[in-house]
Amino acid sequence: MAENTKAGEEAVKAAEAAAEAGMPQLDFSTYPNQIFWLLITLVVIYFVLSRLALPRIASVLAERQDTITNDLAAAEELKQKAVEAEEAYQKALADARAEANRIVAEAKAEIQADLDAATAKAEAEIAAKAAESEKAIAEIRANALEAVKQVARDTAKEIVAALGGKADARTVSAAVNARLKELGS
Amino acid sequence: MAEAASGKPKAEAKTGGGRFSPASLVLIAIILVMFFASYFTKADVSGLQIHPMKQFVVKPLFGGKELAFYTPTVVTLWMGVAILAVVGLLVLGTRGRAIVPSRVQSVAELLYGFVYKMVEDVSGKDGVKYFPHVMTLFVFILAANFLGLIPYSYTTTSQLAVTATMALLVFFGVTLLGLYKHGLGFLKIFWVSGAPLLLRPILAIIEVISYFVRPVSHSIRLMGNMMAGHAVIKVFAGFAGVMGLGAVAPILAITAVFALETLVAFIQAYVFAILTCVYLRDALHPGH
Repeated sequence: MAENTKAGEEAVKAAEAAAEAGMPQLDFSTYPNQIFWLLITLVVIYFVLSRLALPRIASVLAERQDTITNDLAAAEELKQKAVEAEEAYQKALADARAEANRIVAEAKAEIQADLDAATAKAEAEIAAKAAESEKAIAEIRANALEAVKQVARDTAKEIVAALGGKADARTVSAAVNARLKELGS
Repeated sequence: MAEAASGKPKAEAKTGGGRFSPASLVLIAIILVMFFASYFTKADVSGLQIHPMKQFVVKPLFGGKELAFYTPTVVTLWMGVAILAVVGLLVLGTRGRAIVPSRVQSVAELLYGFVYKMVEDVSGKDGVKYFPHVMTLFVFILAANFLGLIPYSYTTTSQLAVTATMALLVFFGVTLLGLYKHGLGFLKIFWVSGAPLLLRPILAIIEVISYFVRPVSHSIRLMGNMMAGHAVIKVFAGFAGVMGLGAVAPILAITAVFALETLVAFIQAYVFAILTCVYLRDALHPGH
């Protein structure tokens, strides 16, 4: 014990000498004071941090993390919605195209049907007209033949008369008819 | 690259708010006052009498020679200022609880995240329980280191009593925690199970020595760094005082050392905290 205190005194002396030589840090007489105030400081800072500052900062950071997570989720949701909207739009577009094609095909078929009916009708009319015309032509031809007969008879009578004979009407017409038959055949 | 370069002046112009902000005007005024005041108080500086270590003397705040353990000293004052700085940054700075943080709040959050990640990465998930303790040490050392950079202030972390107390707190706290968690199994920390059996006793001796040297290196590293930087600045300041107006080189040297000390102030707080985390990990997971 005595040795200890002696050693301690020597240490203190050495420290004081050192302090005077230039290291105030080794002046052990100031140590209790510094340690006392240091411990008070550390305890104060520890309580300020653990009771006030750290829980507050932790809650702020957690809250910010939550906000960011929520915002990201909302953004993801909105993105999903946008994709869905685009899909719906594409589907509507495809539907509209199909509908348009259908309408076009329908219209085409209708027009084709109308066209066919009109063509058939026109052809029938044309056929009717042609038949009528043929009939008219046949009539005209018959008339013309009759007229030729008449002209031939009259001409023959006139010629016979001019030659000085007396033409029997019945004979002349018989001769003309026979001649015409010859020509016609 | 070009984008960053062109973006920077814009940001400066925004934060500067005009050519001279009020804060910079106040700073310039203080520097001018100190400069002229130094000529009137020059009487006690005679010749090349530089006392770089005088700044570390623990003086009672209100005069007197007696130094009881409760006497408020210059150490007390600057520890109090450190508390105020910590409260201002971490409590007042975050009182807005804003989702989009203010500048002070984002610094506070940055410190929180930095230390939290450090504890989690180094000490493991179960070390997070001791995050407030590590954070306490880190913010105190950080505040003390940076406050010590203010001219005419006092650097409490340059005192061996302060750093050794913190290192011993960590040492005993971690050792007791290890013994409490693992009982005698904690002694496995000295038994390198990966080494050949023949080498293990020798390694155990080395491990024991290194374990008990931890608080010494832990404390002297911080104290030595702080003391050395401030002493060097003081020496150059002494030269500047002697040379007067022509002291361009010493002032440049002071500027350079000051920049270095600003870096060291942060790095040493970081080193102290990360070593605490390493020791904590050893206590929580003693096996090698």
